Amino acid sequence: MNARILQEFRALVDRRAFISSPEELHTYESDGLTNFRALPLAVLLPKSTTEVQAIVRVCHRERIPFVARGSGTGLSGGALPVENGIVISLARMNRILEVDLPNARVVVEPGVINLDVTGRIAHENYFYAPDPSSQSVCTIGGNVAENSGGAHCLKYGFTTTHVLGLEVVLPDGSLIHPGGKTLDAPGYDLAGVFVGSEGTLGIATKVILRIVKRPECIRTLLAAFPATNEAGAAVSDIIAAGVLPAAIEMMDNLAIQAAEAAVHAHYPDCGALLLVELDGPLAEVEALLARTTEICRKNGAGEIRLAQSDAERALMWKGRKAAFASVGRISPNYIVQDGVIPRTALPEILNEIERLAADSGIRVANVFHAGDGNLHPLVLYDRRVPGQEKAAEALSSRILEICIEKGGSITGEHGVGEEKKMMMGKMFSEPDLAVMQRVRCAFDPLHLANPTKVFPRTRLCGDKPGEYTPHPLETAGLAERF
Amino acid sequence: MPANSALRANISTEEGLRGIAGAAHVRPGGAADSIAGVPGRLVVEPGSEQELSDVLRYANDAGLRVAPRGGGTKLTWGNPPARVDLIVSTARLDQIIEHAWADLTVTVEAGCTMQNLEERLAQHGQRLALDAMWPERATVGGVLSTNDSGALRLRFGGMRDLIIGVTLALPDGTLARSGGKVVKNVAGYDLPKLATGALGTLGVIARATFRLHPLPQNARTFSIAATDIAEMLHCMMAIQDSQLAPSALQLRLSANAAGEIDILFEGTLPGLEAQEAHLRDLVEPMPVTETGADVWAARQQLASLAKTEAVAKVSMLPAEIATVFDAVRRVTSAQHARWSTVMQATGLGLLRLDGATEQLHAALQELRAVLERGGGSLVILRRPSDMAPLDAWGEAGDAQPLMRAIKQQLDPSGTLNPARFAGGI
Repeated sequence: MNARILQEFRALVDRRAFISSPEELHTYESDGLTNFRALPLAVLLPKSTTEVQAIVRVCHRERIPFVARGSGTGLSGGALPVENGIVISLARMNRILEVDLPNARVVVEPGVINLDVTGRIAHENYFYAPDPSSQSVCTIGGNVAENSGGAHCLKYGFTTTHVLGLEVVLPDGSLIHPGGKTLDAPGYDLAGVFVGSEGTLGIATKVILRIVKRPECIRTLLAAFPATNEAGAAVSDIIAAGVLPAAIEMMDNLAIQAAEAAVHAHYPDCGALLLVELDGPLAEVEALLARTTEICRKNGAGEIRLAQSDAERALMWKGRKAAFASVGRISPNYIVQDGVIPRTALPEILNEIERLAADSGIRVANVFHAGDGNLHPLVLYDRRVPGQEKAAEALSSRILEICIEKGGSITGEHGVGEEKKMMMGKMFSEPDLAVMQRVRCAFDPLHLANPTKVFPRTRLCGDKPGEYTPHPLETAGLAERF
Repeated sequence: MPANSALRANISTEEGLRGIAGAAHVRPGGAADSIAGVPGRLVVEPGSEQELSDVLRYANDAGLRVAPRGGGTKLTWGNPPARVDLIVSTARLDQIIEHAWADLTVTVEAGCTMQNLEERLAQHGQRLALDAMWPERATVGGVLSTNDSGALRLRFGGMRDLIIGVTLALPDGTLARSGGKVVKNVAGYDLPKLATGALGTLGVIARATFRLHPLPQNARTFSIAATDIAEMLHCMMAIQDSQLAPSALQLRLSANAAGEIDILFEGTLPGLEAQEAHLRDLVEPMPVTETGADVWAARQQLASLAKTEAVAKVSMLPAEIATVFDAVRRVTSAQHARWSTVMQATGLGLLRLDGATEQLHAALQELRAVLERGGGSLVILRRPSDMAPLDAWGEAGDAQPLMRAIKQQLDPSGTLNPARFAGGI
């Protein structure tokens, strides 16, 4: 990028909102997945939609790729900068613009922290339901990009269920407002398509969120089982009994040990534990709780604890929410995996993971959103031991392949990003991916928005599948494949 | 084209389609085969996804204009298509492919009726938690394409929130899958949501996978009589702001009858008892009576009666319901029209207007303006056949050019349902 364009970018934002010195750029070289790193040419921190539009217009005119970024907590390299591109950080667009309690809507800018939404409405007994473990630092804009989940999406649904409307700066700098505060606006559900598109369709600059009334009663139960098989059977029986808890989480022994070492959650030392949370009207919850307790006992739970206070409940959750970071206590390096299986395949895949771990000598700690079959195997290794990193990566990939074989998914909530784009071809056929690309071309014909992510190879709009032929734009020198 | 060569073209098209779907499954369109008043020339019923894909490619190559059709319960929805050369019926694609009951998911072909699906799911104590209209005829594909939803939307969301995977047949014959069979999945774009409510303008839904919910152990419905709309809204908002957890909450109201609020609780017996007591406390002194499940058929009844009337889907902010219906009262009175409505607490509802055609035309336009000013919408589902042209959809917003670009990408020849959708798509 030449100096003239850099100068032009610099003039679009406040002086301190333009970063181009190499030492400062290093802050932005990766997201939560630190094994991918790249330096952008510059980082811009706009503070309004107009500034975002102005920046994107320059990108469009000069064919400069851009990557939008929230807090950079993503775990799939989605916010990894693109070389020869810029990063647009939405961190300064962090205002809650409107709280409309009668209609249960909140309108926010993308840089608002997830937990701050609930913080603003908690005194009125409302909350914002999607609760990724990083919710105290991650942004709503990032949640929109990744369609973030969290433990409680079993009952309440993912980010996409809670996003009713958006303001989006398209990759040519124009502005659209898909969805809205009311439901079912005429036309295609573009808000639905945008959520979870990992920054490849544009930049959200405003988000209309649905909020939820806090239930009358929340009960959290911890049940200790001899092994994951028994815990898994209990989960199946709970679901089969027609109980829909707000959350069902499972941790295996290694994950429990890590959590204990890190946050002293007072978890029992057992083969597997379940955290089950039920919420709703008091009498309803009490009835379902009795049922759930009985099911846990029947499946061999030794100790069953019911949180007696908010503090105790918070502590039970703290161990679970800190699970990823805790693993650092028991292993110098680890890979956080995110795969999904039909829940009934849980025993099979756990046995398979155990076998793979034993064969390769690599330890795996398991944390699951057990209610919806979302696995987070934590593959532990020591980079200093020759060959271990490779073996860990191989094992981690193998787990995903098994997820696909079982009819599941390569990602339940962390996104494809940079990390898993090569797995997309294993989960989807070439025509499936080509149709997604056609949708992308409608939004971003020049492939400027996070161009290298999600899909296994960049296909310029107008490409026919099959043998590589240069695109007319390439021949004309107007575009290149990133 | 001279008449005899048009006839020849017709015959050769029919032959081509017979070659794909079999002679028994291609026929000329009859009186019942019209789409929003436009007669369909031919009807084909493919018997497999592959046949569906082949039929579409054939039609697309031959420059035919195609209207997909499920049970045919909502053919009046949307604008009249520019032309209907071929109706592609999903009637033979009616299989339930996999009910993974222990995983609470089902994969079903588009032509399966909602009722058949419901019955099959009930064998394992489960349901697709969406109360569509005319379930004995309406198909999964049709309900998805029209984005119909009823009272249960309050608790369980609409089709967009329940669908987790889709196979779409595009006009060029591509069979594209997106989403998957598991509830939690963020790999790739969410095309199930793009197909939902697209009224068959982007592709034909061949099959879909849904997340399911357990059937409630018990359910009880209560109704509360109210004297006017302000009181109804006040009561509805109080319920919404309470810690009651209704599965459905609707308002029934018309020009010349007192309004009723219906509320549905589902759950355990002790849970229901406690909620009933809480409800009675909350709305005191309004009278609460236990009624039957039939009140939840009010929406379908309202939409079914219309022959000469107009029926519209209205969307507004829940807190604006009283203001909007004051306007409805004002406008209909000026136009000498009668009205009735079933409004859900989500802000979605059906509005029926009855009166002279010309005056209905005016009333619909005026009410659309009222709703759009408040950020809502009015979509006409049905109108008297002699009504002057009026766009069924209204304002589709500043994303219209992008919507057209998506249509262009997936259906570049404009094969599917041309002009039937919002923004002239």
